[in-house]
Amino acid sequence: MEKISRRKLLRGGAVAAASLPVLHEVVPHRRVHGQDALAAEPAPGDPGAGHGTAHGGPEGHASAFPRDRRVDHARNGFDPTEILRDFDYGRTRRLRGGRVLREWTLIADDKRIEVAPGVKFDAWAYNGRVPGPTLRCREGELLRIHFVNGSRHPHTIHFHGIHPALMDGMPGVGEGAGGGVIRAGERFTYEFDAAPFGMHHYHCHSAPLAPHIAKGLYGAFIVDPKQGRAEADELVMVMNGFDTNFDRSNEIYAVNSIPFHYQDDPIEVKRDELVRIYLLNILEFDQINSFHVHGNFFHYFPTGTSLEPAEFTDTIVQAQGQRGILELRFPYPGKFMFHAHKTEFAELGWLGFFEVRD
Amino acid sequence: MEARSESHPAGELPAGRMPVWALGLIPLALIAVALAAFAGLGAPGLGERRGPPVEELAVERTVLEPGRFVLTVRNDGPDAVEVAQVAVNDGYVPFTATDRRLGRLASEKLTVPYDWVEGEAYEIVLLTSTGAAITHAVDAAVETPDSDLGFFGLMALLGLYVGVIPVTLGMLWLPFVRRIGAAGLRILMAVTIGLLAFLALDATLEGLEVVAEGSQAFGGAALVLLGAGASFLAMAAVEAVMDARRERARAAGAGGLHLATLVAVGIGLHNLGEGLAIGSAYAVGALALGAFLVIGFAIHNTTEGLAIIAPVAARPPGLARLIALGLVAGAPAILGAWIGAAAFNASLAAFLLGAGAGAIVAVIRQLVPTIRDGEGRALHPASIAGIAAGVAVLYVTGLLVSV
Repeated sequence: MEKISRRKLLRGGAVAAASLPVLHEVVPHRRVHGQDALAAEPAPGDPGAGHGTAHGGPEGHASAFPRDRRVDHARNGFDPTEILRDFDYGRTRRLRGGRVLREWTLIADDKRIEVAPGVKFDAWAYNGRVPGPTLRCREGELLRIHFVNGSRHPHTIHFHGIHPALMDGMPGVGEGAGGGVIRAGERFTYEFDAAPFGMHHYHCHSAPLAPHIAKGLYGAFIVDPKQGRAEADELVMVMNGFDTNFDRSNEIYAVNSIPFHYQDDPIEVKRDELVRIYLLNILEFDQINSFHVHGNFFHYFPTGTSLEPAEFTDTIVQAQGQRGILELRFPYPGKFMFHAHKTEFAELGWLGFFEVRD
Repeated sequence: MEARSESHPAGELPAGRMPVWALGLIPLALIAVALAAFAGLGAPGLGERRGPPVEELAVERTVLEPGRFVLTVRNDGPDAVEVAQVAVNDGYVPFTATDRRLGRLASEKLTVPYDWVEGEAYEIVLLTSTGAAITHAVDAAVETPDSDLGFFGLMALLGLYVGVIPVTLGMLWLPFVRRIGAAGLRILMAVTIGLLAFLALDATLEGLEVVAEGSQAFGGAALVLLGAGASFLAMAAVEAVMDARRERARAAGAGGLHLATLVAVGIGLHNLGEGLAIGSAYAVGALALGAFLVIGFAIHNTTEGLAIIAPVAARPPGLARLIALGLVAGAPAILGAWIGAAAFNASLAAFLLGAGAGAIVAVIRQLVPTIRDGEGRALHPASIAGIAAGVAVLYVTGLLVSV
């Protein structure tokens, strides 16, 4: 409709548009400047005009989605608010010699999830959630991850860490020993030492790689230093997105999968308490992602592999697969936004709030 | 033998004296029962369709109000579509709709709050429940005019400028046409045929272009052809009625008036399409109302006036009748502008444009006898030159409004 025919004709008309004042005068031009009109007469049904948050959209309410619907977290089987502080320490036992063996079972499956109110997405997930469970261990432990491929497609788990080639979760490497690509219905146990300490991650490495990551097969993998870290309110944030229409770009951006979730349910933190954020960018299709917090600065530990911060800032940038640890304290109570400082991502879902309480 | 053949149609068959209408209805009833049983049993033997739902939405109308877009969308595809989210220029916005789920052919208004800026371009993405993204572009944001009295007045004025006045002015050639003699008149009628042929082609192409961008649910390009066929048949019906009165009319010397009326009706339908284009362009802010537009259309449409008076050159009717002919040919531009600006619908527009083309073809059919020369040939050097001249005139004046 916007492209009416006779387009050319009308452009011709524009050439001498001003030369017939008669017609021009009778044109109902009384509200020709949209801006003035907006200021003068708020649209009906727009009670909040003029107040509300800067990012709240024209109607000034909390979410940029219609307010009458929310994602059904119960049906999804995971809730971003719970994912934040959900660390999976697995099962442990002492080996002879005193070393700790830590084990997890990860099951890959095909699962339809709701990635925005009303929008269904056929995801591939580890243990039924996107992102997969946050695996947490301590430097020097022996790790065993029992992988079961319950999906209809071949998958792997590729860990970022230091390990033998057979344990790399890489198709074409180690099939003879039962590793490499794990076909539907098959299983494999990855075994390696927890090293180095830091904020890492794991993801499927099957080909074609992009969809195997984009559909949800990824998670955070935290190796604590031997001596541990200072007591803190610890949060996991996985910056991700979803390509719902298979055009190899994302329709939805988020942290921990559900767009605008922490806008509707702000993350509660205590004033002056140390907050530690384990931040991972696993976003497919876009080159970079970023994190910015309002009204505050944080110490940044790239990849978490050093105990000395590299930077004191309020904005950092991560390419896909990059990650790090952020430490900060909120000196003031109230609501503080955090979001991708790529504003397009923010407006497509990657934004949220901290609610700082005394 | 004779008795037999007489009684046969009344139903001598032993099967039992059924009335004819019943024999006609029985197969229909059986088909209905069979289909109902098939559907009731859940299409036995056929599985569910494989693959995801086919989702198609066409944006039929975009209204820009201060602080919001209002989109009228229609479900073009075979399956129901649910509009789950709406994003404008890469940002989700809290839209409202009475029903987000659209059944086949259903239409729905989506109100999308957005602080748009005049003159800027917007891309509106409708994200469906399956994650499909349907993209709609607003090339340049301009507030949609209110359909108030002033607006209808403006459209009427515009229709008057590009329709009624030029056509009526063109009819002022009547005194000239009266003096050019039979041979000259034949050439003039040939010019008229050329003019009309161009208009028919123009309307057809226009219709195809319009419908290509709108909803395909109601037939798409077929609508143009259906419109053409329907109006051609309607014109034929009108001619049949007029033919019945023709003898009387001819006695009164009004044979030319009959033709002139047909020409006026055909041109009127064409101008309806022209008005549609102007009105819809104005509604989306793509139309600069200026002298150039009006002058271009005036020159273009003046020649249409010539086509109307050519058939009545021998015996001109009274002034009132001439004015009536001018209105029949020109006033539909006003109606078209109203429809185009207030309730533009690509399917309707395509049908109307097709109707214009069909009517014109019917008129050309009627005009052909008037260009026959002494030997009864329709295509002789003079008429061929005339037809070519007619086409050329509209082509060239058309360039004035399509630069």
